[in-house]
Amino acid sequence: MTQAVHVVAELGPGQPAPPVRVFGVRHHGPGSARALVRALDAYAPDCVLVEGPADADDLIEWVADEQLVPPVAILAWRADEPLASVFWPFAILSPEWQALRWAAGHGVEAHFMDLPAASLLGAREDATPAQVAPVRVDAIGQLAEIAGYDDPEAWWEDGIELRSSGDPFEPLNEAFAMLREANPEEDDETLRREAHMRKVLRAAARRGHERIAVVCGAWHAPALAGKLPPASADNALLTGLPKARTELTWVPWTHQRLAQATGYGAGVRAPGWYHHLFTSDDQPIVRWLTKVAGVLRANDLPVSSAHIIEATRLAETLATMRGRPMPGLSEVTEATWSVLCDGSDLVADLVTREVVVGQALGEVPDAVPMVPLDADLRATAKRLRLQISAVQKDIVLDLRKPNDLAKSHLLRRVAILGIEWGTLLDATSTGTFKEAWGLVWQPEFAVRIVEAAKFGNTVESAAGNALLADLTNLAVVTTALEAALAADLGDVLPILLRTLDERAAGEPDVTRLLDSIPPSARAQRYGDVRGTDTAALGGMTAAILARACAGLPAACSGVADDLAGELQRAIDGVQEVIGLLGAEFVDDWHGALLATLAVHALPGLLAGRLTRLLLDAGVFDSTQAGDRLSRALSSGADPAWQAGWVEGFLAGSALLLIHDDLLLGIIDAWARGIAARTFVDVLPALRRGFGAWSPAERRALAARVRALGAAPATTSQPTEFDWDFVQPVLASVSALLGGAR
Amino acid sequence: MSPEPTQELLRPHAEQRFAAELEALAAADDRERPANWLLSPWAVVTYLMGGTLKDGTVISPKYVGNARLIEICVATLATDRALLLLGVPGTAKSWVSEHLAAAISGTSTLLVQGTAGTAEEAVRYGWNYARLLAEGPSAQALVASPIMVAMQTGRIARVEELTRMPSDVQDALITVLSEKTLPVPELATEVQARGGFNLIATANDRDRGVNDLSAALRRRFNTVVLPLPASAEEEVSIVARRVNDLGTALHLPVGDGAIDEIRRVVTVFRELRSGLTEDGRTTLKSPSATLSTAEAISVVTNGLAMSAHFGDGILRPSDVAAGILGAVVSDPVSDQIVWSEYLETVVRDRKSWAEFYRACREVSR
Repeated sequence: MTQAVHVVAELGPGQPAPPVRVFGVRHHGPGSARALVRALDAYAPDCVLVEGPADADDLIEWVADEQLVPPVAILAWRADEPLASVFWPFAILSPEWQALRWAAGHGVEAHFMDLPAASLLGAREDATPAQVAPVRVDAIGQLAEIAGYDDPEAWWEDGIELRSSGDPFEPLNEAFAMLREANPEEDDETLRREAHMRKVLRAAARRGHERIAVVCGAWHAPALAGKLPPASADNALLTGLPKARTELTWVPWTHQRLAQATGYGAGVRAPGWYHHLFTSDDQPIVRWLTKVAGVLRANDLPVSSAHIIEATRLAETLATMRGRPMPGLSEVTEATWSVLCDGSDLVADLVTREVVVGQALGEVPDAVPMVPLDADLRATAKRLRLQISAVQKDIVLDLRKPNDLAKSHLLRRVAILGIEWGTLLDATSTGTFKEAWGLVWQPEFAVRIVEAAKFGNTVESAAGNALLADLTNLAVVTTALEAALAADLGDVLPILLRTLDERAAGEPDVTRLLDSIPPSARAQRYGDVRGTDTAALGGMTAAILARACAGLPAACSGVADDLAGELQRAIDGVQEVIGLLGAEFVDDWHGALLATLAVHALPGLLAGRLTRLLLDAGVFDSTQAGDRLSRALSSGADPAWQAGWVEGFLAGSALLLIHDDLLLGIIDAWARGIAARTFVDVLPALRRGFGAWSPAERRALAARVRALGAAPATTSQPTEFDWDFVQPVLASVSALLGGAR
Repeated sequence: MSPEPTQELLRPHAEQRFAAELEALAAADDRERPANWLLSPWAVVTYLMGGTLKDGTVISPKYVGNARLIEICVATLATDRALLLLGVPGTAKSWVSEHLAAAISGTSTLLVQGTAGTAEEAVRYGWNYARLLAEGPSAQALVASPIMVAMQTGRIARVEELTRMPSDVQDALITVLSEKTLPVPELATEVQARGGFNLIATANDRDRGVNDLSAALRRRFNTVVLPLPASAEEEVSIVARRVNDLGTALHLPVGDGAIDEIRRVVTVFRELRSGLTEDGRTTLKSPSATLSTAEAISVVTNGLAMSAHFGDGILRPSDVAAGILGAVVSDPVSDQIVWSEYLETVVRDRKSWAEFYRACREVSR
C-alpha cells in the first residue's frame, strides 16, 4: 500500500490538472490535514468545497479572522427549541479547518456542501443532540484487516496520520471505492447527504470554476469523484426535505469536548496528541515526551532528560516489537507510564488530562452572532410574562400556581448562572408557598450570559451544568442539591446525589458530614412542598448519617477546644433535624451519641452537651444525668474541663435547672467548691454557659439557688394558683380549642 | 496444559516445567533475537500470554491479564533497562519474573531474595574465607553472587522483594545497572556484563515501612505495575482454585457451599479495595490494609480450618467474619470507622447477608 502511495503522488506538473479533485479525509486527522495542505498547494484550486452544513456558508468569512482560534465549533440550533442543536467542531488539526484556512489565505472561494443544518434539525422531532455519521470504522477495519492489522485505529494511524510525506488521497479513494462497491451504502441519510454534496459540486462547476477541491470524509469520496450521476436523481432525493428555522454561530470549543464523541464526526481520543503530531515538524516522539516531562515537572514530579531518553527507547522498542513503523499513541503512553510515571496510574491520568487530551480552549470574536442561551432565556421570560427591564419591579409568586412556580424556577436558575436578575424579598406570609422577588435587569448580565453559555444552550441545562462544574467539597454539594431542588433541575439531581455519596464517603471530617445533614434533611422536606421526588435524597441522607455516626466517637476524642465548639454546633444542628428523618435514624443517632460519651479524652464541652441532648431526648432520666453530672464535677477532673462540661450541659435553656433541684444542687455544690484562683480560670466558660440565658431565666435561677439552702425539697411542689385570676384565660383557651375541655 | 512432572520435585522451576513449550517456541521462532536471548521478544510474549504455534503446539498462558503489560516488560528487557515489577501481594509478580527469566535466558535460578538481612555479598560477591586465608585474594577464593554470574554469562538475574533490602545494599545495584560492570578492587579487576544481562526486580507497592528505592536506583528501572484481577469472577476463581490447592495440602475438605462464602469474601475485599460497591451505587472509604487476593485466600483458608476443627465442617459466615475483620482493620481507629461504615451502610441492607452481618457485628464489638 505504501508503494502505491508513492506512485500516485508523482502527479507531474506536465499533466493538466483535473477539473475536480476529491480529498477523502478523516475528521480531526492530523495526517490527513497535513497531506491535504500539501495537496492543495500542489493543486491550487480556485474553489474549495468542504463537508459541513451548507447553510453555514455565512460563517466561513470568520475563518479569516485572527480572533477565531480553534478549537471552535459551528453550532446550529432550532430557533424555537435551542436544545435541539448540532455541533461541528474544528481543531487546528482538522482537515476541514485547514481547507478553510487555505482558502481564506489564498483568497479562494470556499463553501460548505453537506445537507443544511436546517434539514438535519428539521428531520428530528426529539431534542437529543445529533450524531452526524462519522467515517466508517468498519470500513477502515476492513482495510486494516487486509493490511494485517488487528486494530483499525493503529492501521489508520500508521498508514495516514503518522506519514509526513506523499499524497495518500488517490489510493485511499480507490480503496474506499472498492469497499463501497462491496458494501453499497444503504443509509438514506448518508445518500441524501451525498446527493446534496454532488448538487453543490455541480453548482460550483456551473459557476465556471476550473479546479475544484472537495474535502470530505473518506467514505463519501467515491460518491463525489469521477463522473457524477445525473442531477435529476439527486434532486429527487433532495425534494421534500424537512426544514426548521435554524440559527448558526461559532462557539468556543475545548480539547476535552473534542475528546468526547459528540457532534461532528468521530470523537478524537487524544486531541492533544494529534495536535502535537500536526504542529511538530521533526522528532515528534522526543518532542512529545519532552512536553510530557515538562508537565510532570510543573507538577513537582522530578523527571530528568535521562528519563526522556529511556522513554523514547522503550516506545521505539515497543513499536518494533509490534511491527509498527513508528511509535503511536499507545506505545508512547505505555512508555510514559512505565518510565516517566514509575507505573503510577495517578500520574499517568494527570498526563492524559493535561497533555494527551489537552486543555486548549478556543476563542471566538466578539462580533459573532448571539448564543442560544440568550435566546432561550428571552423566549422563556416572554412565555412566562416576565419583563426584562432595567427598572425594579417587585412580584409575589404563589408557588401553587404552575406559572408562578415556573417563574420561581427561572429566577433561581439564572441566579445559579450568576445572573442576579431577581432578589428574593422577605415574603409577607410565613407559608412556604409564597415568594416575593425584586426584579432588575442589569446590562452586564449580557456578558454573564455569554460566559454561562459554555454550560449549555438552555437556561435549564446551563444552570444544571453550572451546578455540576464546581463540586469540590461536601458543603458545596449539599448547597448545590438544595439549589437544584429549589430550581427544579431534576436532570442533575442523580449526578449530585452520586457526587454527594462519593464526597461523603471520601470525607474524613465528621464535622462536615454532620454539617451536610441539616441542609439535606431540609431539602428533602422542601422538595416535598415542590412535588419533587426526594426518595433518593432521603436514602442518601440516611447513608451520610450512618457514616457520621460511625465516625463520631473517634472524631470527638481528644479534639481541641475550638474544634469541640464546631462539633457541638454541628451535633446540635443534626439533633434539630433528626426528627425529620424518621424514628429508626433517631435510635442510630442516639446510639452514636452514647458511644461517643464513652470515648476516652472527650472534651468537657462535648461530654456535657451530649449528656444534655440524651437527657432531653429521654434516653437518660434525670437521675442518670445527675449521676453523670456529679461524676463530671467531682474533684478528680480538671476544673477547666468541668467548666466546659457545664457550659455544654447548660447551653440552650435554663428551664432544666430551674425545675430540677437535683441537678441544680450538684452544680451549686461544685461552683461553691471551686478554689478562688481556679474560679477565675473557669469563669469565661461559666459566663458563656449562664450568660446566654434571658434575664428572666437568670433571675428565676438565682431565686431557686437562694431557696436551695433555705427550704429544700419544696421547689418542685406546684404553686398555688389563684383560680379566679386564671379562669378567664382558661375560658379563652377552651374557646380557641373548640370547647374540647 | 501438560506440565511434565520433573522427577519428584516439590516445585520444579519454570524452565523445567515448561521445557517442551520453550523448545517448540525456539524451533518456531524465526524473528530476530537480542544478544544471548534464547527467544525473540515476540516469542517471549507468546510464551507468557499463551497461543498456538504454526506447528500446532499449544502454549499455555502463564499470565492472565493485559498482554500490553507483558509487552512493556519484554521491550524493557530488550532495551537493557532493568525491569521493576510492582504490585500488591498476590498479583503474580514473582511468577511473571520467573517466567520471563526462564524464557529469555533459559534459567530462572539466578535469584537474590531481598530481606532485611540481605548483605552486599548477595548482590556483589563474597569470599570463601578458608581459601582467602590460605591463598590470599584470588579468583578461586571469590564467591560470585547470582548477579555476578548473570553478568558473566549474559543472562537475566532476578531480585525478589527489592524494597525489603537495606538501602545501602540496594544501592550496590546502581553501578551494575548504569555501568554494567562490577568492580573487584581486591583483585584489581572487574566483571563486565555480557550482552543479554539484565535484572528483573519485584517489589510490593502497598507495603509501607520498607526501604524505598533511592531516586538514583529508581531511574535505572522501568516500572510495570501488575494490577489486581479485573473482574470479581476472575478473582473468585483464582481464590477458589488456590483454596482448593491449599485445602488438599492441609487435608481440609472444601465443602460445596464454600463457593458462596468465597464469593462473599472476594466481594467484601473488592468493594473495600476499590471504595465502591459492586453495583456501583455506593462509594466507600478504603481501609489502610492491602486486601490483596492473597489475603482473601488466607481468610478463606483460615475459615475452612475453623469450620473443620471447631465447627460443623461447613464454611459459614461466622468462620470468615473474624478473619475479614482482622484483614480489614489494621489501624484500630481509622480502619474501624471504615469497617463500621461498610457494615452499616452496605452489609446491613443486603437481605441475603443477614447472617454475615450478625456475625460481623458480633466480632466487631
